[in-house]
Amino acid sequence: MPTSEQLKKQKQYQQYVKRITPSHSLPLNMTKAFFTGGLICTLGQWILNAAASLGADKETAGSWCSLLLILLSVILTGLNIYPEIGKFGGAGALVPITGFANSVAASAIEFQTEGQVFGIGCKIFTIAGPVILYGILSSWGLGIVYYILKLMGVIL
Amino acid sequence: MKPGIPAGTASIEFLQPVYIESAASITGQKEGQGPLGNLFDMVSEDPLFGTKTWEAAESTLQKETASLAIGKAGLTAPDIRMVFAGDLLAQTIASSFGIAEMDIPYYGLYGACSTMGEALSLGAMTVAAGYGEHVLCAASSHFATAEKEFRFPLGYGNQRPLSSTWTVTGSGACVLGSKPPVPEDQKHASPMRYKNGCAVITGITIGKLVDFGFKDSLNMGGCMAPAACSTIAQNLSDFGRTPKDYDAVFTGDLGMIGQQILLDLLSEKNIDLHSVHQDCGLMIYDNETQDTHSGGSGCGCSASVLAAAILPEIARGTWKRILFVPTGAMLSKVSYNEGESVPGIAHAVVIEHSEI
Amino acid sequence: MDYINAFWVGGAICALVQILLDKTKLLPGRVMVLLVCSGAVLSSIGLYQPLADYAGAGASVPLLGFGHLLWKGMKKAIDQQGILGLFTGGFTACSAGVSAALIFSWIASLIFRPKMKK
Repeated sequence: MPTSEQLKKQKQYQQYVKRITPSHSLPLNMTKAFFTGGLICTLGQWILNAAASLGADKETAGSWCSLLLILLSVILTGLNIYPEIGKFGGAGALVPITGFANSVAASAIEFQTEGQVFGIGCKIFTIAGPVILYGILSSWGLGIVYYILKLMGVIL
Repeated sequence: MKPGIPAGTASIEFLQPVYIESAASITGQKEGQGPLGNLFDMVSEDPLFGTKTWEAAESTLQKETASLAIGKAGLTAPDIRMVFAGDLLAQTIASSFGIAEMDIPYYGLYGACSTMGEALSLGAMTVAAGYGEHVLCAASSHFATAEKEFRFPLGYGNQRPLSSTWTVTGSGACVLGSKPPVPEDQKHASPMRYKNGCAVITGITIGKLVDFGFKDSLNMGGCMAPAACSTIAQNLSDFGRTPKDYDAVFTGDLGMIGQQILLDLLSEKNIDLHSVHQDCGLMIYDNETQDTHSGGSGCGCSASVLAAAILPEIARGTWKRILFVPTGAMLSKVSYNEGESVPGIAHAVVIEHSEI
Repeated sequence: MDYINAFWVGGAICALVQILLDKTKLLPGRVMVLLVCSGAVLSSIGLYQPLADYAGAGASVPLLGFGHLLWKGMKKAIDQQGILGLFTGGFTACSAGVSAALIFSWIASLIFRPKMKK
C-alpha cells in the first residue's frame, strides 16, 4: 500500500497534469452539442407530426419516430458518417436515441469478424447492454415503490 | 573477453559495439501524409493490408516489415538466429501470427508502446553475448486494432479529448549483428550504412515500472512521462553523462503534454533536456492539420520513426550519439475497469555513429 | 412552434450533458446509463411528462425520454397486471426501439464492413 506521503505526491502530480492538459473549449462544445442535438430532435418532431397527420395516435407516432431515427443512425454508422457527427456534436450525437443506435450498429459491424454468436451476438451489447440493463432495473425498482405505495393507498 | 559490463545500477555498457545492420519501416496512409511520409520504406493505402480483419492486417504489416529488414541486410530468414517482436494486442497475437510464417525462433514481447526499446535491448544483449550473429527486433501497432482492444468500435461516434494520442498504423524492424552492415553497393541490399558510417548500440538502460497513481488512460503522456524521466536520469547517472553528451534524446510517444511533463520533471532533478529532446509521437504527425491532438502513439510509432528518420541520420553522422527511449503505458481493459492506475515504463538504448 | 420547442429543449439537454462529458471523467457509456435512469426517476415523480407535453420530440428523443418511456410502460403494466407488470412493463415499453436497433444493426453488419476512422 502506498504511504500517505506517496498519496500526497500522487495527488500533487495529478493536479499538475490536469493544470497543463489543454481541453476543448466548453462553450464551443456546448454550442455544437446544442445544435446537433437540437436538429436531431427537430427531425424527430417532424416525424411525429408527419405520423400524426397520417392518423397515428400519440404512442404510435412516438414508436415510428424512434424507429426511423434508429434506422437513419444505423445507415449513417454503416456509411462511416455518424462518427463524424459524433466527433463534431459530442453529447449532441450521444444523447439522442440515434447515439444509442450508433453504439449498437458500430459494435455489430466491428465485431462481425469474430463470428455470428460470440462476435456480433455478444458484443452488440457492449455499449448498449448497460443502458438496457439499468433502464429496466431502475424502472423495475421504481415500479416496486409504486406498487407498494398503491397497496398502501397512498397513490390511487 | 567480456561482451559487456553492468554500468551503474540499471544499465549495461557493451564493450564491443552491436551493429544495426538494417532497418525497415512500413506505415499506413495517415502516417504517409505526415511530415516523415517520404522517409518510410512503404506506405500502404489499404488500412487492411490486403487482409479481411484488422488483426490480420497488423500481422501482415509486421511480417512485411520484418522481411524487408532482413532483405535490406542482405540476408534471408534462415540467417536470423532469433527474433524479438511485440505489439499492443492481447497475448501479442499480431506478432505471433505475423512472425510464425517466417519460421524463425521467436520471443514475443509485451512492453506496451516501449516494445521496440525492449526488443532492441534484448537483441543487443543476445548479439553481444555471442548467442546469435543476426537477430531481428520488430514492433508494430495499428490504429484499428488498438481502438478495438482498448477503446471503442471504430464506427462509434465519440469525441477524443485533446490529451489523447492517435495510435500509429505502422511497424519498424531492425536486424542487429556482431559484424558491420554489408557495403551499400551489394546487390539486393540497402543496409544501414552511409559510406563507412553506420549505427551501433553501445549501451542500454533497463526501465523500471513507475506508478504515480495516474488513472487517465486517455492522457498517456501523463502516465508515461514519469517513467521516461526515471529512465533518462538513470541512464545519465549510470554512464556518468550529462544531456550535452547526447546530440538528441528521442522519447517514444509522450506527445505534447507528456513532453512538457518530462521536461518539468527532469528540471526538478536539475537536468535540462530542452535543447536535445525530441518525441517520435510529435515527429510523425502534424498535429495541427492532421487532427491527432497530443501526437502519435503505439509501438509502431517509435519503431517506424527510429527506422525511417533516426537511424539513417546516425549512419550519416548527423548525430554522433543519441538516446532512444520508447515509453509504454501498462494497462488492459480489465485493469482499467477494476480501477487500477496506469504505470509507465521506458527502456533506453544508446545508439552511436561509428566508422568502419 | 412545436419545432422550435423540440429544437431548444433537445439542444439544451445535449448541451448540459456536454458539461458532464467534458468536466468529469465519465465515459459515454456511463453517461448513457445515467440518462436513462434519471429519465425513469424524473418520470416517476411526475416531472418529465410536463416537459414531454411542452417539447414533444425534444423530450422524447434524448435518452432521458427512453427512461420516461420505460416508466410509463411500467406504470401501465402494474396498473393492469399487478406484480407481473413489474416484469413485463419495461421491455414492452421499449420493445420497438430496442428491436429496431438490434435488427437494423444486424442487417447493417451483413452490408457494411468495418472502416478506419478519418
